[in-house]
Amino acid sequence: MREITFGAAVNEAMAEEMRLDESIIILGEDVAEAGTPFKVLSGLVEEFGTERVIDTPISEPGFTGIAVGAAMTGLRPIVDLMFGDFLFLIMDQLCNQAAKTHYMSGGKLSVPMVLRTNMGATRRSAAQHSQSLQALVAHIPGLKVAMPSSAYEAKGLMKTAIRDNNPVVIFEDKLMYNDKAEVPEEEYLINFGEANILRSGTDITLIATSSMVQQAEMAANTLADQNISAEVIDPRTISPLDETTLINSVKKTSHAIVIDEGHQNYGITAEIAARISEKAFYYLDAPVQRLGAMDVPVPFSPVLEDLTVPTAQQIHERVVMVLEGKI
Amino acid sequence: MSNNKDNKNSYLQMFRQMVRIRAFEEQANQLYLSAKMPGLTHMYVGQEAVAVGICEALTPNDKITSTHRGHGHCVAKGADFKQMFCELLGKQEGYCRGKGGSMHIADQANGNLGANAIVGGSAGIATGAALTAKRMGKKEVSVCFFGDGALGQGLLYETMNMAALWKLPVIYACENNLYGEYTKVEEMAAGDLMARAKGFGIQSFEVDGQDVLAVNNLTQELVERARKGDGPFFILLNTYRYHGHHVGDINREYYRSKEEEQLWREERDPITNFSQLLVDKKISTSEELKSIELQIEKDAEEAVNYALNAAWPDASEVNMHVFASN
Ligand SMILES: Cc1ncc(C[n+]2csc(CCOP(=O)(O)OP(=O)(O)O)c2C)c(N)n1
Ligand SMILES: [Mg+2]
Repeated sequence: MREITFGAAVNEAMAEEMRLDESIIILGEDVAEAGTPFKVLSGLVEEFGTERVIDTPISEPGFTGIAVGAAMTGLRPIVDLMFGDFLFLIMDQLCNQAAKTHYMSGGKLSVPMVLRTNMGATRRSAAQHSQSLQALVAHIPGLKVAMPSSAYEAKGLMKTAIRDNNPVVIFEDKLMYNDKAEVPEEEYLINFGEANILRSGTDITLIATSSMVQQAEMAANTLADQNISAEVIDPRTISPLDETTLINSVKKTSHAIVIDEGHQNYGITAEIAARISEKAFYYLDAPVQRLGAMDVPVPFSPVLEDLTVPTAQQIHERVVMVLEGKI
Repeated sequence: MSNNKDNKNSYLQMFRQMVRIRAFEEQANQLYLSAKMPGLTHMYVGQEAVAVGICEALTPNDKITSTHRGHGHCVAKGADFKQMFCELLGKQEGYCRGKGGSMHIADQANGNLGANAIVGGSAGIATGAALTAKRMGKKEVSVCFFGDGALGQGLLYETMNMAALWKLPVIYACENNLYGEYTKVEEMAAGDLMARAKGFGIQSFEVDGQDVLAVNNLTQELVERARKGDGPFFILLNTYRYHGHHVGDINREYYRSKEEEQLWREERDPITNFSQLLVDKKISTSEELKSIELQIEKDAEEAVNYALNAAWPDASEVNMHVFASN
C-alpha cells in the first residue's frame, strides 16, 4: 500500500470532502497561498479558489464566530486555528456558542463545523506555542474531540469530522506532520467513539492518545523483550470515548497506564483513569497509573522542556513498577 | 539644526543602539543557520529606527511591552547582549533563566515587561501598566509595541477604549511593516489604519519608521504630554522587515518581491540614512561611525561565544517559578 505523510493525509481528507460538498469552506490565517505555516493545506486554494479557502485577518474569536454563524445557516466551515494555544482566545465562540446551540435551541439549530488545530511540545517554541489543551474542550458537553495518532487516523477522522453535524475539534500533533504511514487510496471513514487496539497483550493495558501512541508502542516493544505483554489502545476520540473497549481490556490485563501529552492535573489521563476505577475496580491488581505533561508551563530551554513530556522510557519504567507491585 | 552639537551624544546613542540591534540580529540569524539555536526566531532587522526612536525617549522606569519580533525592543530598552543571547539559547544566565526564550524575553530592570507570542497579547498589559502609573501617581508612561497584524485583534480595541475613557499614559505604537506573516496588510485590515484609534478620541500620528529622528522627536513630545495626563496616543510607524517572517521563511517570493525588499534595503535603510545625516551635518565622521560599528560587532560576537559556553539550567528549575512565593 502507498505511504503518505500525516500532513498529506489531512490535506487529502479535506480535498476529497470539498469535492463532494460545495458547502464546505476553510477559514483561517494564511490558509490560502501560504497553505498554513506547516504547509498542510498547500494546493487547496489552487483547486477550490479563494471563495472557499479564505485567508482571515489575525482575528481568531471573530472568524470562529463567523464560522459558527455560517454553520448554523447552511455552510460547513472548517476553521484552521494555527496553534492549539490560541484556543484560549476563542473559548467563548467555541464553548458558549458552538457547543451549546443545538441543545439550547431544543435541537432546532445545529453547528456542523470542524476546528482543526494542533498540540504538542518539544519544538522549542516555549509556553504559548506548545500546549496540549484537549482536556479543556473535552470538558464541554456538545463538543466532539478527535486526536489522530498517524496519517491513516488523520485522514479517516478528518473525513468523519467534516460529515458530523456537530462542532468537532481535531488536535494534530505538530511534530507528526512529516511522519508517513500506509493510507489506502480507496475512501474510508473512522467512526468516532471506536477505539483502536494497536497491539493486543495480556499483562497490562497502555491507553495512549495522539503523540503518545508512538511512545506507548515503543515501550511495548522493549517490554516484549522482557517477556511483558502490553496491550496498546488508542481511543481516537476522547469525546465520545469508547469506554467499552478500554474497560474490557483492563478486565483482561488487570493493569493500566493512561498516557496523554496534556497536563496531568484534571486532564485526559485523570478522566480515563477515573472511569477505569469506576467500572473495572474489582479487576485491577494495581492502582491505575497516569503519565501526562508535567504541571508547569512549557519551558523554552531544551534541557527543561524534554523533562516535561512523557517518554517511552518512562512508560517502560512505570509498567515494570506496576507489574512488580512497587506502586 | 542649531542644537546639533548639544545633541551629538544623543544622536550617537541612537546610532549605536540601532547598530547594536542589527549586530545582535545578525548573530541570532547565524545561530539559527548553524543549528545552534533551539527553535525559530523573528528578526527585527530593518525596523531598528522604530524601537530606538521610541525607547530613547523613555526612561528606564517607563514600561514597554513587546512582540514575537522583540529583540529590537529589548536591546533598545537597554538590555545586555550576554543575558539576551543566553536566553535565546535557553541558558541559565538568560534574562528568564532560559525559560522564556526569544518570544518571551523580558528585562524587568529596564522596564521591559516582556515579548509576547500572542499577537496583540500585550495590549492589556501595557494599558494595565499605565493604570498602575496613574493610580500610584508615578509620572511613568508605557508603550505598547505591536505589528500591523495585531490590528485584527479585538483586545486592542477594548483596551484602547478604556485607556481613552480613563486618560491613561499609554502610547500604542503600531509597527506597520506591510505584512503579517505571509499576508499583506491591505488584505487583513479594512479601511483607514489611522481612523481606528481616532474613533476612541485618541490622538493619532503617522511617522516614517525608517527615520529615527522623526520617530524620536514625535515620541519625546508625546511622552512629555502623556506624563502630564494628556494621553493616550497612537502612532503608526511605517517600516519594513528585511528578513522573512521568521528565520526559516527563506523562499518568500510568492508573497513579496525581491525588488521590493531591495528597494527598502538600499534606499530606506534606517542606519545607512542616519549615518549619512550624521556625516553630512558634521556631527560625526564615517571613521568614527565605522569604529563604533566594529566595536559593537565584536561585543556581539563575544556575547554569543559567552552564551554558547554558558551553563544549562539545572533540572530542578523545571518546576520552580510556577507560583510566586508569598
Ligand atoms: C493570536 C495569535 N494568532 C496568530 C499567531 C501566529 N502569528 C505569529 S506572528 C503573526 C503575524 C503577526 O504580524 P504582525 O502583527 O504584523 O507582526 P510582524 O510579524 O509583521 O512583526 C502570526 C499570525 C499568534 N502568534 N498569535
Ligand atoms: Mg507586520
